[in-house]
Amino acid sequence: MATETGIGASVKRKEDARFITGRGRYTDDIGQHGQTYAVFARSPYARAKLNGIDTSAAMATDGVVTVFTGADLQADAVGDLPCGWMVKSKDGSDMIQPPHPPIAVSSVNYVGEPYAVVIGETLEAAKNGAEAVDADFEELTAVVDLATAANADQIYEAAPNNQCYDWELGDKAATDAAFADAHHVTSIDIVNNRLIPNAIEPRAALGEYDEAAGTYTLHTTSQNPHLERLVLAAFVNIAPEARLRVISPDVGGGFGSKIFVYAEETAVIWAAGKLRRPVKWRAERSESFLADAHGRDHVTKAELALAADGTFLGLRVKTKANMGAYLSTFASSVPTYLYGTLLAGQYKTPAIYVEVQSLFTNTAPVDAYRGAGRPEATYVVERLVETAAREMGIDPAELRRQNFIQPGDFPYATPVALTYDTGDYEASLDRALGHADYAGFAARKAASEQAGKKRGIGFSCYIEACGLAPSQVAISLGAGIGLFEVAEVRVDVTGSVTVVTGSHSHGQSHETTFAQIISEKLGVPFENVTVLHGDTGRSDYALGTYGSRSLAVGGSAIVKATDKIIAKGKKIAAHMLEADEAQVDFEDGSFNVADSNQSLTFGEVAFSAYVPANYPLEELEPGLSEKAFYDPPNFTYPAGTHICEVEVDPDTGVVNIEQFVAVDDFGHIINPMVVEGQVHGGLAQGIGQALLEHAVYDDTGQLLSGSYMDYTMPRADDLPSFTVDTTVTPCTHNPLGVKGCGEAGAIGSTAAVMNAVTDALGVASVSMPATPETVWRAMRGND
Amino acid sequence: MYQFNYHKPATLSEATSMMVEAEEGMYLSGGMTLIPTLKQRLASPSDVIDLAGLPGMSGIAIDGDIVSIGAMTRHAEVAASDAIPALAELAGGIGDAHVRNRGTLGGSIANSDPAADYPAAIVALDTTVQTSVGAIPGADYFTGLFETALKEGEIVTAVDFRIPDAAAYEKFPNPASRYAVVGVMVARCGDRVCVGVTGAGPNAFRATALEEALAADFSPGAVDGVTLDSSEFNADLHASAEYRAHLVGVLTKRAVSRIG
Repeated sequence: MATETGIGASVKRKEDARFITGRGRYTDDIGQHGQTYAVFARSPYARAKLNGIDTSAAMATDGVVTVFTGADLQADAVGDLPCGWMVKSKDGSDMIQPPHPPIAVSSVNYVGEPYAVVIGETLEAAKNGAEAVDADFEELTAVVDLATAANADQIYEAAPNNQCYDWELGDKAATDAAFADAHHVTSIDIVNNRLIPNAIEPRAALGEYDEAAGTYTLHTTSQNPHLERLVLAAFVNIAPEARLRVISPDVGGGFGSKIFVYAEETAVIWAAGKLRRPVKWRAERSESFLADAHGRDHVTKAELALAADGTFLGLRVKTKANMGAYLSTFASSVPTYLYGTLLAGQYKTPAIYVEVQSLFTNTAPVDAYRGAGRPEATYVVERLVETAAREMGIDPAELRRQNFIQPGDFPYATPVALTYDTGDYEASLDRALGHADYAGFAARKAASEQAGKKRGIGFSCYIEACGLAPSQVAISLGAGIGLFEVAEVRVDVTGSVTVVTGSHSHGQSHETTFAQIISEKLGVPFENVTVLHGDTGRSDYALGTYGSRSLAVGGSAIVKATDKIIAKGKKIAAHMLEADEAQVDFEDGSFNVADSNQSLTFGEVAFSAYVPANYPLEELEPGLSEKAFYDPPNFTYPAGTHICEVEVDPDTGVVNIEQFVAVDDFGHIINPMVVEGQVHGGLAQGIGQALLEHAVYDDTGQLLSGSYMDYTMPRADDLPSFTVDTTVTPCTHNPLGVKGCGEAGAIGSTAAVMNAVTDALGVASVSMPATPETVWRAMRGND
Repeated sequence: MYQFNYHKPATLSEATSMMVEAEEGMYLSGGMTLIPTLKQRLASPSDVIDLAGLPGMSGIAIDGDIVSIGAMTRHAEVAASDAIPALAELAGGIGDAHVRNRGTLGGSIANSDPAADYPAAIVALDTTVQTSVGAIPGADYFTGLFETALKEGEIVTAVDFRIPDAAAYEKFPNPASRYAVVGVMVARCGDRVCVGVTGAGPNAFRATALEEALAADFSPGAVDGVTLDSSEFNADLHASAEYRAHLVGVLTKRAVSRIG
């Protein structure tokens, strides 16, 4: 049984039957008696003073229940939306956090920012009402371009130069010294293009207030319902946590964009309390484009100092990061502690110094998006290393190999605050070189040339830090929350098992993979394990899912709770079998007394725990249900090599991916099929960033790529059949030896694609996304 | 979507009189543009007149060297037809399977979207657009951005295509929408070479400079010496006017190579 459904088996997903047959239960599928509908009036301007709002026409619209403005929320002491991570500038000062009222009060600062919410008896009525809200805007000059934002009009009185913070990490003096001694310095200027997350399910919320109990219930599309509850209780002042229940039912994708606490669900739950009626909101796709937190958006100058033999001596990075108009929930941490700390990559670069200036612009808030900081770091390091290899005439694979941290070097403390626990980077590189038939590349390139095409190959040897996070490390760096996880393993009377996990699945397959862990550990049939999640009314305070943390942190909590179940079961079994507890072991679902044929099944022990006839009640509580909190001692460090081979059509600039090889080290793997699916999805998004996706604002701050007519989502026919493989160095500090696979595809792949494109073209750089016209212009010398 | 009155007339004359009577009427054919526009509240017609109930508006008939395609014929049906292979290929590349099974020839050309595929064929092939009041030569049919020679209330009923000796359609799809950034249909009828271009300009047009060069020398190389005036070409996130002009040349060459 364990071999078919336990750890390491490609068990088919429990979730799929309901998802494929349309029986999933998403927030918008839920309706309540007397429900009303919310529609937000959204700013048409990127930056404007809001001199007044006339809601009379909206209020008079047929079917409109009421209209709330920012002033109404403010009058009711609804708090601002906070940022949960304090980043300090070089001079020790706190980051600037402009006020972020859920509904705009006196100014609007990006197109799509809500300035009123209309509640209707029907969705149609609410829409009609929203169109009738008459706001007196005084348009101001918008600040849109990141590169020049520091010298543009000042958006907030409290933020001179539109600066949020000016942060640094690393040893500047040592790095400058390394550059002074360098034989060669490679320098690149790169832009990490802005992306829009595009979860398949738009954000939604259903707020309810129970007058009898005085309690609130919010169904919403959150990756972390407890965090949502914490913010709504402690900062927004909706109600104390004990009177506020947040439920995230089935959620259709997030990629980070559903971590954050947004204006919409805040307004919805507050309005439900005011109106004493349920209030429902679901984003239309256009609203998702405008008002979901966007991702990436960096402008960077990076330099690598090398010795004559190619040894890396120092790395210097200077980045401008776009925060958008307001600080979203974790925005400040993304271009700092999730970015600067990853700049060592897989290499023994002895001196690294990074400066990050974060700036406000009149664009949608920017926050974590699949990879969150690590894709940006990987793009810097791997574009730089590839460029250095070309400049020095060294094979790019060999230059990397030469500078890799070696297996004997672990634990390895980088110059940028992390300590990698384990890895074998050459193993992944060699495996990937084999899959890609690197030796045959020259012949393939020659064949392409014969056919009038340009062929290129590119590498990316990425590392990432996931499994967020050791709480004390995170808190010391500015996090406002701990980052442990909780799990409860409830053995039922008849031996089936219910797991309540604090992790949240919005595509990650927890109902399957966590059941595999329980099946393996307790010997319980896979189908007898049910995994529950996404409800603050069901689980203890939990931290949810992001940063590829579910298995490494949430799974570890499950293992800890399971260990407690086994330990208690041994006590019960020892009593029942009249043996010494130390003589009882547990294997394959049986408690066995050593050197005897005496044993009890797991089910027999569970039954005894609940029907304690033969049970040591004076020493042991009845029942078999255990809870565990797990706080990881370190991050986990998935790493690997991605190789991309492209062919470019010189007539049109079209880039075709001929092959893509991803060899990843995720430590031990619970379900290889699920991991492969995660890698495929991540690669699609990383390749999408390189070739297709781009959030573009015009210079007045209007979003040009505001629909699928203009925002290019990667599709199946844009992608090759991937070659995906894994190597294994088990994580040294969690009980499963696992790392995390959710983001690696998006972290590693982008640089590999761009290295391949520049190799094919024989040019130093091509900006992302490498669209046909961009490539065509690059071939013509960027004219 | 705003509220509107829905009508499903049974005859052509009923349809046109409904349009006359409507305060602001719109015809609904396949609905592949109109329905999304309505859903986004970008149009607010008082009356939507659904043409799906009109008899004899659908199907492909061949009479000698004329292929007549009813205005309500779905793209999928044209794609499956072997009457004019280049036209079938064009229709098979429109949108996705859902669009091809709903969208119609008449709806497409009545809308005159600058990035639609069919208009390239209308201008490149020897065509006549049949309407509720008469006939319009295909070469004169498109008059501007979302504008045609149709008079107020006039309904396209069919398009007659003269079967070319040879033709080929080459499309450079918009990576996001999969509409044509540029689409070029090259057709030969005897000595005549026609090059129909969609996507590049405000409406589909014939590239006469290319036609002249190809009439003199029907080979890909003949395209090289031709410079297109791109001053009126479209420019957007995906392609500048200059790049579109370049693509017209590339796609024309490819179509010529395929014709051989």
